[in-house]
Amino acid sequence: MDVAVIANEIKRGDLLDMYYYLRLTRSLEDRISALYRQGRIVGGVYTSHGMEAIAVGYASALRPDDVIAPFHRDMGAFLIRGFSPGEIIAQYLGKQGGPTKGKDGNVHMGDLKRGMIGFVSHLADNMPVAAGAALAFKIRGESRVAFAGTGDGGTSRGDFHEAMNFAAVRRLPVVFFCTNNQYAYSTPVRYQMAITDVVERAKAYGMPGEIVDGNDVAAVYLASQRAIAKARAGEGPTFLEFKTMRMHGHSEHDAAKYVPRELLEEWKAKDPILRAERLVTQLGYGDESYFHEVGERAKKEVDEGTKFAEQSPLPDGQETLVGVFATADEVHP
Amino acid sequence: MTTATLTQEVTYVDAISQALDEEMSRDERVFLMGEDIGAYGGAFKVTEGFLEKYGEWRVLDTPISESGIVGAAIGAAMMGLRPVVEMQFADFISCAFDQITEVAAKNHYRWGAAVPMVIRAPFGGGVHGGPFHSECPEGWFFHSPGLKIVAPSTPYDAKGLLKAAIRDPNPVLYFEHKFLYRRIKATLPQEDYIVPLGKAEVKRTGRDVSLITYGAMVHLALEAAELLGKEGIDLEVVDLRTLIPLDKETIYASVRKTSKVILLHEDNKTGGIGAEISALLAEDCFDCLDGPILRIAPPDTPVPFSTPLEEFFLPKVSDIVAGAKKLAAY
Repeated sequence: MDVAVIANEIKRGDLLDMYYYLRLTRSLEDRISALYRQGRIVGGVYTSHGMEAIAVGYASALRPDDVIAPFHRDMGAFLIRGFSPGEIIAQYLGKQGGPTKGKDGNVHMGDLKRGMIGFVSHLADNMPVAAGAALAFKIRGESRVAFAGTGDGGTSRGDFHEAMNFAAVRRLPVVFFCTNNQYAYSTPVRYQMAITDVVERAKAYGMPGEIVDGNDVAAVYLASQRAIAKARAGEGPTFLEFKTMRMHGHSEHDAAKYVPRELLEEWKAKDPILRAERLVTQLGYGDESYFHEVGERAKKEVDEGTKFAEQSPLPDGQETLVGVFATADEVHP
Repeated sequence: MTTATLTQEVTYVDAISQALDEEMSRDERVFLMGEDIGAYGGAFKVTEGFLEKYGEWRVLDTPISESGIVGAAIGAAMMGLRPVVEMQFADFISCAFDQITEVAAKNHYRWGAAVPMVIRAPFGGGVHGGPFHSECPEGWFFHSPGLKIVAPSTPYDAKGLLKAAIRDPNPVLYFEHKFLYRRIKATLPQEDYIVPLGKAEVKRTGRDVSLITYGAMVHLALEAAELLGKEGIDLEVVDLRTLIPLDKETIYASVRKTSKVILLHEDNKTGGIGAEISALLAEDCFDCLDGPILRIAPPDTPVPFSTPLEEFFLPKVSDIVAGAKKLAAY
C-alpha cells in the first residue's frame, strides 16, 4: 500500500498498537508451540503464524461493542479483546484459569462480555450465528456490527452459503471474511472450489466483495474499516477475502509435507511482521531499537502469562457435571 | 391469530398461537423466524395475522435454510433476544442438526454463553404425510446434553409449556403434534400461566399397570384405559410432557405403585425414549417390577405413506389393550 495513504488514514498510535499486537501474537503462539513440543499441551495447536495481520487488522478496526466470531487462526483478535496471554495459555493447558476453565481447549474460547463468540470446530458454523447477532443489532436499532470468518475450506460448507444469503437478503450489519491460506488441512484450494478467488462466491448473494492482502496489516485494517462503516451505516454485509499462506501445518503435529517448499519460501519473504516493520520505518514511527523493545515487552508478557498458567490449578473431575444448562441469571446481557 | 375469546374452547393449535401472541406482547425481545410464517401465516396457520400485528422484523420469513435460521437464532439469543424458530415440519430439523447439537447445545457448557431460544417442530404421523412429513425426531436430540425437549398433549399444556420454553434460559425443542392440532379443544385459564418444564402429569390414576407416554399417544392410552377398565384392569397413564429434563420422580412413583409398566411412543422403537426409560427402570426400580418392561412403538422403518401401511405402522389402542392384559396376568 502507498505509504502516504496509510500516513493519512491510519493514526500513528493505532498502527503502532497493531505492530505491538502482531509481536504479542507471534510471541504467544511461539510459546504455545514450544509448550506443545515439550508435551505439556495435550490436544491440537492451530497457529496463525505468518497470518497474524488478519486478526490484528480487523479486530483493530472494530469498536469494543461489536462482536467477533473468529476463525481458528485469529489469536490477535483475542488479545485485542483483552484475553491475557496467561488466560490463553491456561486454556491450552486445560487449567481453571482459562476462559473455559478446562471445558474446552486451545482456540475454542469465547466471552460475550468481551464480544468474542466461542469458536466451533465445524467450520462456518458461526457464520449464521454472527448473522443472527447482526440481526439482533438491526432489530434493536443499534449501530453495532458482527464480524465473522472462516477459512478457504470452510466456504465449501452449507452454513457459509446459508449465512451469506440470509445476511444479504436482510441487509444485516455483518462483515464476513475468508482467510484464504491456500490449504484446508492438506487439501489445496483447487480441490475445494472451481474458482481461483473465494470472493467470487459473494457475487451469487448480491454481496460486495473485496480481495485484500492478508499479510499487510494496514490493508486489512483499512478494508475492514470500510466494510464495517458500510455495515454500520445500514448498507448491508460485505465479504472480504484475505489472501495469505499457512506457514505451519494444519496443527502443530502436522509437518505439512504436502505443501511445496518453494511456496513457503516465497511467502516467508512476505511475513506480516517484517512488512509492518518496513512500513513503520518508512513512516518514521520507529526503528530497529523500537522493534527490539516491543519484542521484549511482548516476550515479558508471555513469560508472565506462562507463569500464571502454570500456577493455575487443573479443574476437579467433578466439574465435568457443571454447566450443561444455564440458569436465568446467566443470560446475557 | 386466534379470534376466540379466552372463555371459549380453543384447539391445540390455537393454544400455541395464543402462547406466541401473549409472549410477544409481554416481552419485546421475543421474535419469530421461519419459512412462510409471515404473509402466509405458517404451513399450519399458527402465526396467521402476526406479520400485520408485529411487523416484518419480529415475524421473519426466511430463506429455506434450516441450519442458517437456527444459527441466526443462536446468535440473536446470545445478544439478548428470545427467538422462536418454526420448522415447517419436524422432519426438516435434520438440516439444522449440527447447529442444534454442536452450537446451541454446547455453547453454555463450553464457554458460558446461554442460548435462550425455542425451536417449534410440528411432528408425528396419522396425517398421511409420508416419510418426510410425519417423523418423530425427538430421539435424535434426546441423546444430546444441553437441550431441553417438550412434547405437549393438550391445549393447556401446549400453551403453558410453550410459554415456559420461551422464558427458559436454554435451547428448548418444542415438539407439537400435528394430529392434535385441530382434533382436541379445551377451555384455558384467562390469566397468564405456565406449565413448568420437567414435570410429568398423571393423566389417569390406576392400580394395575403404568403406561408412560407423551404427545398424541396420550390420547390413545386414555382410550385404551377406558376399554381396559371395563375388563377390570386399572391403567395409570403418565404424560411425560417434558422429555428433558425427564421427570424420573413421577415415573418411578407410578411404577413403584403398579409394579408393571408399558412404555408407549410414536417414534420408532430402537434407541427411543422408551428404551432409555426402560433402562432407568431396570437400574432404579428393578426390585419393584412384577413383570417385563413392555415397549409399544412403531417398527424400525420410515413412516410409510399409504393408509394401510401407516395404520400398520402407528401404535393402536388394541396394542395397548393386549399389552396391558399380558402384564396384568403376571
